[in-house]
Amino acid sequence: MINDAAFSDPARERKIFASRLLISIFLAFVLGIVVIARYVDLQLTRYQDFATHADNNRVHVRPAPPSRGLIYDRNGELLADNRPTYILTIVRERSDNLSELLDTISSLIEISDNDIKRFEKRLTRRKPYEQTPLKYDLTEQERGVLAVNGYLLDGAEVSARLMRFYPDGELFGHAIGYVGRINERESQTIDGIKYSGTDSIGKIGLEKFYESQLLGEVGTEHVETNARGRVMRILDNKDPVPGSNLTLYLDSRLQRVAHKAFEGERGALVAIDVKTGGILAIVSAPGYDPNLFVSGITQKNYDALLHSPDRPLFDRTIRGQYPPGSTIKPLFGLIGLHSKTISMDYVIDDPGYFIMEGIERPWRDHNSKRGGHGKGVDLAEAIIESCDVFFYKMSIKTGIDLLSRYSKQFGLGQITGIDMPGERSGIMPSRVWKKGARGQSWFNGDTINTSIGQGFMLATPLQLAVMTARIASRGNAVVPKIVKSINGIAVARDEISEPININEEHWDYIHKAMSDVVHSTKGTAKGISRGLSYKIAGKTGTAQVISISAEEEYDSSKIDKSQWDHALFVAFAPADDPQIAIGLIVENGEHGSSAAAPIARMVMDMYMKSKAGSHQSSGGAN
Amino acid sequence: MHRDDFVRRMQSPGGDKQSGRSLHIDLPLLVMLILVCCAGLVVLYSASGQNMFYVKRQALLMLVGFGVMFGVAQFPVRFWERWSFLLYGVGLMSLLAVLFFGVGAKGAQRWLDLGFTRFQPSELMKVAVPMMVSAYLGKRYIPPAFGHVLMVLAITVIPVILVVRQPDLGTALLILASGFFVIFLAGLRKRYLLSAFLLVMAAIPTFWLFVMRDYQKQRVLTLLSPEDDKLGAGWNIIQSTTAIGSGGWSGKGWTLGTQSQLNFLPESHTDFIIAVLAEEFGLMGVLALCTLYTLLISRCIMIALNSQSQFGRMIAGSLTLTFLTYVFVNMSMVSGILPVVGVPLPFISYGGTAIVTLFLGFGILMAISTEPKRIRTTL
Repeated sequence: MINDAAFSDPARERKIFASRLLISIFLAFVLGIVVIARYVDLQLTRYQDFATHADNNRVHVRPAPPSRGLIYDRNGELLADNRPTYILTIVRERSDNLSELLDTISSLIEISDNDIKRFEKRLTRRKPYEQTPLKYDLTEQERGVLAVNGYLLDGAEVSARLMRFYPDGELFGHAIGYVGRINERESQTIDGIKYSGTDSIGKIGLEKFYESQLLGEVGTEHVETNARGRVMRILDNKDPVPGSNLTLYLDSRLQRVAHKAFEGERGALVAIDVKTGGILAIVSAPGYDPNLFVSGITQKNYDALLHSPDRPLFDRTIRGQYPPGSTIKPLFGLIGLHSKTISMDYVIDDPGYFIMEGIERPWRDHNSKRGGHGKGVDLAEAIIESCDVFFYKMSIKTGIDLLSRYSKQFGLGQITGIDMPGERSGIMPSRVWKKGARGQSWFNGDTINTSIGQGFMLATPLQLAVMTARIASRGNAVVPKIVKSINGIAVARDEISEPININEEHWDYIHKAMSDVVHSTKGTAKGISRGLSYKIAGKTGTAQVISISAEEEYDSSKIDKSQWDHALFVAFAPADDPQIAIGLIVENGEHGSSAAAPIARMVMDMYMKSKAGSHQSSGGAN
Repeated sequence: MHRDDFVRRMQSPGGDKQSGRSLHIDLPLLVMLILVCCAGLVVLYSASGQNMFYVKRQALLMLVGFGVMFGVAQFPVRFWERWSFLLYGVGLMSLLAVLFFGVGAKGAQRWLDLGFTRFQPSELMKVAVPMMVSAYLGKRYIPPAFGHVLMVLAITVIPVILVVRQPDLGTALLILASGFFVIFLAGLRKRYLLSAFLLVMAAIPTFWLFVMRDYQKQRVLTLLSPEDDKLGAGWNIIQSTTAIGSGGWSGKGWTLGTQSQLNFLPESHTDFIIAVLAEEFGLMGVLALCTLYTLLISRCIMIALNSQSQFGRMIAGSLTLTFLTYVFVNMSMVSGILPVVGVPLPFISYGGTAIVTLFLGFGILMAISTEPKRIRTTL
């Protein structure tokens, strides 16, 4: 090639260049306009959207969960506490690589396969940007390790939470119940806002019944976070309002005695303050440790509780329905006197059995072995010695309608209205009831069965205690209550509208008879009178678990213990100034006198002792 | 050479302009460069999370850059025209060296470790390729003949392929563009332009299927619908547009941009720094910067138009257009008009080699600007 430049035309070159450059500048100008237009669009036209988005980016409203109300017994002993625990949570959206993060965490602290499994389950149920717990109850050392390595753990956070703790474990298990993680079904019914930041809810017992008071009000925290979700600063907050504290009528000293007395037994006891209806002790045995449920019970532990033949999860006090047996006799006697179908002078002859016209099969007296209670048995003797035949005859004279009507006033056959969830009503049979439930007419035979608390009749231990309290208080229709005050403000006591008006001498008569059950030499519960410094009025009872035909004799040695009779006892004390009433049952305990009555005495001893103690101490203080 | 020296002496006595010219400094260009650099440091301070380390390092690199610019400006234009091939050759060799001995990060191999510093040969090629093409075409007929076009293609495409292999698609495209700008300014005939256009259209599918890596395709797809992958590839674009948009007209104030200060914005001190500016200084800030750039570019265009030689014109024009392209591509990708390719915002983004190469280019522009005028009567 020859030197091109020698032939080049500088003017033409300049012109071509200038025109090309101008074309380029023009294109660049157009593109520049496009870019500027884009910035104008973003920054002016759509400013509001983006400003909002930027704020949403940085400002997060974090719920500040309230601390759950505490529960105290009547003496101020703490029954349900909140303990701080540290948990490790992960926000899925803020971790670039979840499995890597989990590996890193596992290399720092011990994470069990179970933790991982439950974490993954929770992951599937969580809301976006929610903290999903990975490990609960971090030790101080684990927290330290995590804090030091925080920079490796984007997306993970250690946070302190308050967790329910029941210091007495099993002791108040059934009464207080427990809180547990909010499950899927509950999460659909609760108000999501109230529960934001709270992951547990009262499942059973008082924790459930008083859920709304215990919960408190959620607060909010406006925090500025960076892209990784780390909180940079708190912009603004509204403090949560802690849940209300409950003070119970329960006396942990009585509860302890009763609980201990039931060791190895199945049964239930309810002790009521006769004057107020306050529940002093409420024990269902066997119990369970509610703490197991708080952070999620393991399947193994749960299966063990669920499938135990002793049914520890079953609250016998309010849900266990048993034939009340002879414990019903004082009430029925009272009804007979009050309705004047019998008088205090009315006597019968007891040959050990009772034959009703037109029915071949005789009704045996439970003491038929000894040939009955003999001649001239009056109501007092029938109560003291527990004579069935007297009540067979008396019930026929009185009729089911009166028995049923008055019994209801004593709390039978309907829920008592205690402040606990899941109470059962028992059965106080009547013509209407039988027609409705069984589709059959009422027969006199049914009345006879009912007269000794058998047949269709069923009552919960709570109902027995309420009945006894109403007898003890001479018709004061107390309604059982566990919670005495909420945040120091006394809970209003419900009274049923109609007080039971019964002649004073009839009350005297029945109280005397019940006192003699314990204190006379013929009394069925005389065994507990030894060394008593006060008087107990009571009535023993035995409830058949299996029906024994008239020809057969009940012989415990021949049958399995699970089919032994239930032992029952109702009592109040002191007999002359009733303060405490008790209803209790020992399942398959056989005899109310030997298995049940001693437990009532232990509780009452403790009641009297603590009463005397508190009088002394208060006197000393003055 | 002789004549140049003579002319230079003839022109030297005179006013202020002449004294600046003797130092080979274009004063308006220098002033505007200083202004842009200062603006860059101010934004960088905020974008780096108020980290003086970055600001100091960037300032140091800028000083080095100014030094390089002055140094380059001292050599006459013909010197650069003559030795372009050497610069190009060294650049090509280092690109090859990168392929074999290069170091890098995130799956790309872009740097040569020189012991005392790291050097990115592809950056050098952004200047070396247009220089080489300009030098080649400067001695030839305008508009270029077919054979010359082929030669220019070879000069441009060889380094482009090497850079694509690193892989660094963004830089490769910019090198390609810088080569193209030269031949376009040289008056490439319309039929070549048209065929080049058709060729590019045809090449796009091939490119998509065989050349582009998955992450590069992802960037393009992300541009089309960032919402599809909010926390993945779309994150950058969503966060940067949010930063820009939330700045509004007057901005949130220096160091008060929530998007940038709270790390929502990715690469806030490098490629995405314009979003920080837009968030903290608003549209006002963006327009101010654009004005500065426009003034700077206008001055460059004047220099190109007044250049004495064909080489000078073409290299000045090409460097100007490349500079414009940087600004356009960067501002577009951050605001979500173009896919995210690694193009820094000139003088504002933090980055070593890029800054120095920029100053190298402006040094050549200064050399052209202060080149002694031949006898004006020819015009």
